[in-house]
Amino acid sequence: MPKDGIGASTKRREDLRFLTGNGKYTDDINLRGQAFVHFLRSDVAHGRINGIDTTVAADMPGVLRIFTAADFESAGGLPCGWQVTDKHGQPMQEPKHPILAEGKVRHVGDPIAAVVAETAEQARDAAEAIEVDIEELPAVIDMKAALAEGAPKVHDELTSNLCYDWGFVEENKAAVDEAFDKAAHVVSLELVNNRLVANPMEPRVAVGDYDPWGDQSTLYTTSQNPHVIRLLMGAFVLNIPEHKLRVVAPDVGGGFGSKIYHYAEEAFCTFAARALKRPVKWTCSRSEAFISDAQGRDHRTKMELALDADHNFTAIRTETYANMGAYLSTFAPSIPTWLHGTLMAGNYRTPLIYVNVKAVFTNTVPVDAYRGAGRPEATYQLERIIDKAARDLGVDPIALRRQNFIKPDQYPYQTPVAVVYDTGNYDATMDKLLEITDHAGFAARAAESANRGKLRGFGVASYIEACGIAPSNLVGQLGARAGLYESATIRVNATGSISVYTGSHSHGQGHETTFAQVVADMIGVDASTIEIHHGDTSNSPMGMGTYGSRSLAVGGSAIVRATNKVVDKAKKIAAHLLECAPEDIELKDGKFSVAGTDKSVDWSGVTLAAYVPHNYPLEDLEPGLEETAFYDPSNFTYPAGAYGCEVEIDPETGKVDIVGFAAADDFGNVVNPMIVEGQVHGGLAQGIGQALMENCVFDDSGQLLSGSFMDYAMPRADDFPGFKVDHSCNTPCTHNPLGVKGCGEAGAIGSPPAVVNAVIDALHRAGHTHVSHIDMPLTPSRVWAAMQK
Amino acid sequence: MGKVTMTVNGRQMTAEAEGRTLLSTWLREGLGLTGTHVGCDTSQCGACVVHVDGQPVKSCTALAMDLDGAEVRTIEGMANADGSLSAIQQAFQDHHGLQCGFCTPGMVMAAAALLKENPKPTEAEVRHYLEGNICRCTGYHNIVKAVLAASGQDVSGLGIAAE
Repeated sequence: MPKDGIGASTKRREDLRFLTGNGKYTDDINLRGQAFVHFLRSDVAHGRINGIDTTVAADMPGVLRIFTAADFESAGGLPCGWQVTDKHGQPMQEPKHPILAEGKVRHVGDPIAAVVAETAEQARDAAEAIEVDIEELPAVIDMKAALAEGAPKVHDELTSNLCYDWGFVEENKAAVDEAFDKAAHVVSLELVNNRLVANPMEPRVAVGDYDPWGDQSTLYTTSQNPHVIRLLMGAFVLNIPEHKLRVVAPDVGGGFGSKIYHYAEEAFCTFAARALKRPVKWTCSRSEAFISDAQGRDHRTKMELALDADHNFTAIRTETYANMGAYLSTFAPSIPTWLHGTLMAGNYRTPLIYVNVKAVFTNTVPVDAYRGAGRPEATYQLERIIDKAARDLGVDPIALRRQNFIKPDQYPYQTPVAVVYDTGNYDATMDKLLEITDHAGFAARAAESANRGKLRGFGVASYIEACGIAPSNLVGQLGARAGLYESATIRVNATGSISVYTGSHSHGQGHETTFAQVVADMIGVDASTIEIHHGDTSNSPMGMGTYGSRSLAVGGSAIVRATNKVVDKAKKIAAHLLECAPEDIELKDGKFSVAGTDKSVDWSGVTLAAYVPHNYPLEDLEPGLEETAFYDPSNFTYPAGAYGCEVEIDPETGKVDIVGFAAADDFGNVVNPMIVEGQVHGGLAQGIGQALMENCVFDDSGQLLSGSFMDYAMPRADDFPGFKVDHSCNTPCTHNPLGVKGCGEAGAIGSPPAVVNAVIDALHRAGHTHVSHIDMPLTPSRVWAAMQK
Repeated sequence: MGKVTMTVNGRQMTAEAEGRTLLSTWLREGLGLTGTHVGCDTSQCGACVVHVDGQPVKSCTALAMDLDGAEVRTIEGMANADGSLSAIQQAFQDHHGLQCGFCTPGMVMAAAALLKENPKPTEAEVRHYLEGNICRCTGYHNIVKAVLAASGQDVSGLGIAAE
């Protein structure tokens, strides 16, 4: 293995530019002649637009043009990429999502008009001078109220605010109900999975450009998947064919899901640049991000678990209300269904499962995937109800989990919710967790806390997720309107250096380092001779981008496949140069040799021959050394693990301190352990943030109460201790060439129930046995109030 | 509009500013120093921290016009004279103290200010000092580790470092 090959904690090469101020984020792009747009957004949650008077604004200094919905009659709405079919076999209700509001505004932040001016300040000043006559309508904010008879409708053209009522697996419902009727024990919980705001540190930015020479449009945007934006915006919104449209996502400052989707501002800037023949730039403020970025979670669930007399799980039944917000964001319908219901088996052998999800339109900001996306909600329900079951039955929560774990000899394991787990070992990660948390020393630590008047508790959670999204034929059957493969091109240059083009997109994950490690390892050359290119539709083949912990499992597999093609061809060239059969050529440490002889040619000798083919088998082989591969996974990957949280509660205030947090993960093989650790740390912070502090709140009229970093509690450095993370219990994925599973979301999936379980444990140990549950976030006031009852 | 002159990273620089122009805007748009980032509009996130006359300042909170004649250091001026990374920058790379890189300039500037004030901070002191800088990627673990390492303290018990 070369020094920076697979398994090495190679330093990240991208850090050099980020640490010196040389990163190139979208807001750092300024084009000659650029104009600026400011969006006038609705300040009411629901209203009829009776008129928009732009007369005064249009005469303001620097104003180039003011756009309203009337300017977009030729454009389509923002498309939804996934059609869910309801339990009666009917398609979901799918309202139009216009670029600028048509006739009605449906959430605070809905864009009504857009002012393009010479400077950003002039655009903002003029937007303030636009007079909008809005007749405010009653808003629906609460999901159950939105489904009540006679509730105001978010979309007048729909029959109700119900997007779909989904049952999974509908055919199993009667059997599940029967299992509940026969159960020795039934445990139930009502749970809220709080709405979150992704808040990547870089707010969204879009710069549209149009070049009449060649009729070319270019969009620079903060996206996790530029090819997907090109496809959606070009084909469905603006009717620009792919060969006339380039989408570039340069350095992107975090995404966590919120930068997957095609947003109105992207289409607007591209459209306005064509209309004005000038580049048009939009830079989102943080306040604007809170009301225009798609948000996450927001489920209300009734969860039930049935057990037999021996405490084996016999059935699970759930009923979830999932908030879609006012419009369907790009992948919104798939999150509470196919990314949630299919994970409801968790790590356990529960034979019968029925999941019901009602997706609801409300007058709130749209909701879509946020780190984990559906899987954290499933994990939270399972891991909370198992803890409650253990408490109700008077058994150890860890033992109850172990008793019901799928065991290592049961793989491949067909769950009752469609997916087939290929590999895993949940006892191993649980054992490792208990070791690294020093579980044996907990009693002493709890006694020490008690001496200081504090309540100490310990909670665990197991999790499994479906990553490496996803087999295209399968997701097609489930309603996806896209394939979910990935592509790679390996371009070997004449002197032997290698340019890799990937459809994955790095916005913090370190692909430029890890993907180079993979190629370096396969060929045996130094990683510094390999460059990873991503984020530009003009230079890489069709790509599906980065989300769902898919980049290494799917994008990395495409790179492996393309590299194998390159090596196969290079061996043929080497065989010609060494006058032997290609089958006799071995590649090791960047050198081709004839097996059993001392004859060899090095990597650059072969690459040069490919481009200077003087001594070359031209009749059999094309010159050049460049290969493209697409990889479509045959299954999801199933990272899993066990998380443990230790808390200390101040009984005077209800404040919860995380005093220890450990994660034992099975990610399969690991390419760069340092980066994997970092991914887990970040996920943990987001998951613990959800459990303890983050909460997106709308009041009854639909005003966002948590609309800035002063109101929405982002986790900060002094909110956590250091984390203990371990990924040594590996069961490699059986169906991708690297044996990798994905690590990006695990931290955010496994941690919320571990935190809540720890808090409930601390309260019970202190005698507050009436507290069976507290909804997230577990703020001091909620914990204190629960203790008073 | 008027001209504002400051010494930025050791060089005298002049650019136009309106009365409402923030220092962050003046640096980014006026001078093209885009290493300083803006992550919020309520002075909470700290991505825009620069040093003004030796003190860490959230540059989205300062008006450029107020700072005529000031001495400013930004992330672009943090590397050693030979272009190599300074000790604090190197520690961030060695300990994977950054992911997307967006909060990094402010984080490095804040950390440098901390170490100037308190050359051997405890972990708790680092966490408390960085409370005004939000990172969404790292969970802070490796940032704290990098700052402790840059101060010359042993961080070998805090997880994997680069090889």
